[in-house]
Amino acid sequence: MENRSIVSIADYGKEKIQNLLDMAKEFEAHPNRQLLSGRVVATLFFEPSTRTRLSFETAANRLGARVIGFSDPKATSSSKGETLKDTIKMVSNYADVIVMRHKLEGAALYASEVTDVPIINAGDGSNLHPSQTMLDLYSIYKTQGTLDNLNIYMVGDLKYGRTVHSLLMSMRQYNPTFHFIAPKELEMPEEYKLYCQQMGIRYVEQQDFTEDTIADADILYMTRVQRERFTDLMEYERVKDAYILKADMLGKCKDNMKILHPLPRVNEIEYDVDDSKHAYYFEQAQNGLYAREALICQTLGITLEDIKNDRTIIK
Amino acid sequence: MEQSKEHMMVAALENGSVIDHIPTSALFKVAQLLQLEKCKEEVVIANNLKSNVMEKKGLIKVSGRFFTEAEISKLAVICPNIRLTVIKDYEVAEKREVTLPETLCDIVKCANPVCITNNEPMKTVFYRKDLHTLKCRYCGKEQNLKDIKLK
Repeated sequence: MENRSIVSIADYGKEKIQNLLDMAKEFEAHPNRQLLSGRVVATLFFEPSTRTRLSFETAANRLGARVIGFSDPKATSSSKGETLKDTIKMVSNYADVIVMRHKLEGAALYASEVTDVPIINAGDGSNLHPSQTMLDLYSIYKTQGTLDNLNIYMVGDLKYGRTVHSLLMSMRQYNPTFHFIAPKELEMPEEYKLYCQQMGIRYVEQQDFTEDTIADADILYMTRVQRERFTDLMEYERVKDAYILKADMLGKCKDNMKILHPLPRVNEIEYDVDDSKHAYYFEQAQNGLYAREALICQTLGITLEDIKNDRTIIK
Repeated sequence: MEQSKEHMMVAALENGSVIDHIPTSALFKVAQLLQLEKCKEEVVIANNLKSNVMEKKGLIKVSGRFFTEAEISKLAVICPNIRLTVIKDYEVAEKREVTLPETLCDIVKCANPVCITNNEPMKTVFYRKDLHTLKCRYCGKEQNLKDIKLK
């Protein structure tokens, strides 16, 4: 059987991405179904992540699947020294799909190699987080009506933020123009700038974050500037307030502009922005549910056609 | 004169392997890697020989030993572009330039401490990105050949 695991979506072509977007759209229209009735979804969180776990478990539950798993590795046999392989092999006997989060990079790919049960990578260290990328793409598609030819502004921690790196790679085929707005210490790594050059993606780097510098954005993708990322704490003190989005900075922005943030936020978006029509981060998180419903179905071989013809919708 | 002597050393081998064009600085690393100290048969290790290809070179001749693909891959990582000659019944059975393979399976250790390969009993896999860079299949991190540690 073809391995339907989703470890990364960075190399997905347009058609595959569009298919997932269309599936997510179907689920947004009717999120509650019995499509996965009788199936078991395992959520193995070797590293705690409440937000992602709840989103995946909700997705599975709303499609009628049953969920098994753990949210704290301390309570599992991996704390007794069991290898990842053995845990995956054991759970493979019980579940139809395994959603896993792990602190080690490459853990999901390795897991997908030791079992025939499809694996969904819910984050492996600072490496990949495809369901976040998928919900970002869906949010952009939904708010802009397209993924093509957009001005995407990424702000904050562009060095360590894996969500911005994954999004950047997934957008390569849609002719975007990126603006990287970050302090010197957290600027976009060289390898991603090189990637843009190789892929013919336009990008502009800047350190100023003002009303004028974001006026042309279609998407403003905010990330958190974290204190622990700085080697020079004086530098942190200098820049910590420079990358905070305030409501009065939105005066010149385009009508269609939406603000995204992978959440949780701390202080990088002021609360008065929440009331703006441009604020989209809470809906973005909700889109995560539909994106994850699509990803789970994809791994189980359920097609867009199956979803369109689904007779198990709960109205 | 020296060249012909060297030629004689190679020709005198009945069955075994000759590794030629070893950078002089890597010669003893190669000897260690191949665990030549454990060889019971004749081993010749020569260094600073004159060479037409490089300024000076090292050479190793081992009787009765034929290297595995894994050993050859390891050699390719620590000194690319060496030449391996296999001798059988005094004849050259095979002669090839050892170049860095496209995929290295369980040869190299990943330098990333949070890579799964350093935390599970599993094989590493590296892909050749270019002649100087390897990329880990699992964590995706790239490493320069000169910083590589063998498994």
